[in-house]
Amino acid sequence: MSLEIRDIYKHFGPVRASDGVSITIQEGSLHGILGENGAGKSTLMKILSGFYSADSGEVILNGDVLDLSSPADAIAAGIGMLHQDPLVFLPMTVLDNFALGSPGTVRLDRTEVRKELERVSSELGFEFDPSRLARSLTIGERQQLSITRLMWLGAKVLIFDEPTTGISATQRLQLFDTLRKLAEHGLIVLFVSHKLEEVEDLCDSVTVIRQGKVVYEAEMPVPAETLVEKMFGKVFVVQGREAVPLGQPVLRLANIDLKEDTTHLENLNLEVASGEVVGLAGLEGSGQRALLRACAGLLEPASGSLELDGVSLTKASYRGHLAAGVHYLPAGRLEEGLIEGISITEHLVLASDDSTFFIDWKAARKVAETEIEDYSIKGTPSSSAEDLSGGNQQRLLLSMIPDEVKLLLLEHPTRGLDVESAAYVWTRLLARRAEGTSVIFASADLDELLRYSDRIVVFFAGEVFAVRDASGTDGEELGYLIGGKERV
Amino acid sequence: MEATFNSIIAAAAPLIIASMGETITEKSGVINLSLEGSIRLSAMTAFAVAFWVGHALVGFVAAALVGAAIAAIIAYSSIGLKLNQIAVGFVLTLLAIDLASFLGDSFVGERGPRVPPLPIPFLSDIPFFGKVFFDQDLVVYFSFLTIAATWWFFYRTRPGLNIQGIGERPAAAFARGVNVNKLRFWYTVLGGAMVGIAGAAYSLDVKLGWRETLTLNLGWIALAMVIFGGWHPLRVALGAYMFGALQVLAFQLQDVFPGVSQVLPVAPFPLMILALVFVYSDWFSKLGDRFPRMRNLLGSEAPAGLGQVFERE
Repeated sequence: MSLEIRDIYKHFGPVRASDGVSITIQEGSLHGILGENGAGKSTLMKILSGFYSADSGEVILNGDVLDLSSPADAIAAGIGMLHQDPLVFLPMTVLDNFALGSPGTVRLDRTEVRKELERVSSELGFEFDPSRLARSLTIGERQQLSITRLMWLGAKVLIFDEPTTGISATQRLQLFDTLRKLAEHGLIVLFVSHKLEEVEDLCDSVTVIRQGKVVYEAEMPVPAETLVEKMFGKVFVVQGREAVPLGQPVLRLANIDLKEDTTHLENLNLEVASGEVVGLAGLEGSGQRALLRACAGLLEPASGSLELDGVSLTKASYRGHLAAGVHYLPAGRLEEGLIEGISITEHLVLASDDSTFFIDWKAARKVAETEIEDYSIKGTPSSSAEDLSGGNQQRLLLSMIPDEVKLLLLEHPTRGLDVESAAYVWTRLLARRAEGTSVIFASADLDELLRYSDRIVVFFAGEVFAVRDASGTDGEELGYLIGGKERV
Repeated sequence: MEATFNSIIAAAAPLIIASMGETITEKSGVINLSLEGSIRLSAMTAFAVAFWVGHALVGFVAAALVGAAIAAIIAYSSIGLKLNQIAVGFVLTLLAIDLASFLGDSFVGERGPRVPPLPIPFLSDIPFFGKVFFDQDLVVYFSFLTIAATWWFFYRTRPGLNIQGIGERPAAAFARGVNVNKLRFWYTVLGGAMVGIAGAAYSLDVKLGWRETLTLNLGWIALAMVIFGGWHPLRVALGAYMFGALQVLAFQLQDVFPGVSQVLPVAPFPLMILALVFVYSDWFSKLGDRFPRMRNLLGSEAPAGLGQVFERE
């Protein structure tokens, strides 16, 4: 069995998302599709799974030219896709999620379906409580459920679109095991990613896509530099940290207690100097977000005091924090940071401290054009926030930071960004820090923490578990600390 | 007592049929806001057609067609033309109401055919229950059938599971090979046909005859019932019967408290708002977690994709 993609073209307006793509993949192969954000990977996969129809080109499975005009056709042909955000129905049970869309009699025999679920999931080594709500499953479990369902429906080709986004390290290992097992059973597994290490870890062969075209094909292993060069068209040197002398303490947290949802942070003390970069490490929900939100003025401490430059902000409002020189960039760029449906120009007008009643649109457009150029945002002054890619949304957010900021708070500043955008974000942040701005950022990326922080604060179960100088620790130790253990 | 319950069940039949229709439509993700207009226009049409032909059944068929046609306009404008469902539904309501008054003018005060009573042998002899539930007519039995069938369809069949999928997360249902927009269209039309039948039930059964105020805001109430019922057919039905009971009660109490007789007829409306507050309280919404088997019945979440246009990008 082999899957052949032949001369696929697909355009959206002027953008050629697939520009004559041809790939051939043999059975039993774990094949990586590598490319930066916006390279055209997802478009190609959505064509394969019947979500989009191609402008021209053919998909041939096992010698048969497939008619893929809807997902129903793709499923019938044996092509199944796991979307980046597993498409489950949150208020429904695991069992109903499994059964929904399956072919069969009008009457739904849940006892029968439950048996099938148990059979297929045990073959795959998964375990489900059929009566649990999908809402309560982790992203990893939702993926497992989707895999189980696709296997039940007889998938021969499985497409995984950025499956490691938002799942834990353990779940990632389990997922990789599953992928290998599926490939061994003779399936064709397509693994779509922009993460080099994952493709290196997992795949037998790789296709690199750039600007809608196949630019490289090879059997693994291939040196990482080659892949990076093919992905970006140039080799990327990430700037290291320059030694910046730290100034006076700017932020002082004393005996802070915070409560938010299930997070409970107790008796926190922290001083941050001007020009210092502090990285917050820890599993999601260990208290990093609560700390950032408290510093931003979005979460009032239950007790303790918070001072910025000697001025108490403990009870100050969010506006009070802004006025004092605090700026916060949340992880949900589109949910909390930007406003859907309004343009770059309008965002910049909103962010400016100009308080005249009428808006000078001509001038605003000029400002937008300048910022777009300064921050190399891929978009026009009238582009809507939601039409920008993740990296460009982050650039827009950066361009909206006022000039005079004493404390910058960032939550996952480079999550979901490709290497180039991530490096750009940090160039900007480091420039700020050189001007004396203190930076506190939370990240799940150990490399990022080690590379850019002066100090790293590790949270575990709602307390500061350890504080380390970034130059005196390494990824291995951080890994232990994040898991709540001292290195032995 | 028996007679009171018998009349509550009978009077609630149109509301039951209309709210089941709307439950089906909304479960698929489409809001048919034209209910009030659909019901009036179909009630008028049913009466007019039955009056000409001399047979009630023909009136019901005509009413179902009117309801289905209005629903088809909503479905097409929302799915095909991607217009806002609320705006289209509202305009159609106003149009249909005026159309019903205008076209129905000459029928006001006429006497037409009616649905004959049809006690079910043996069953209607059961003490109390027999009299309440089975000494009715075909329309009332049909209202029972819609409740049971809607419930069975949603929770015991594959197409029923799919309809919940397209209302909840259309993109996910589409990814599983369900033809979202085609199904939404037909479920909207089906729901509309049931709303039409509810209109006919008024002019040919419950109230007999045609006049403008015949249906007493039934359409708006049905829309509220669907929300009160948390999009679950059994709870929607319970709400409809409770509302019917309140109306009958208010009517009967008018003689007892003549001083407040002006107030009583509107009492069900504020009570309905209170009921909504209760259903959406934290305490009630957590009940579902305590009784997982009753989760569907106790939940009050709207289908997440309700009112959203689905486009395959």
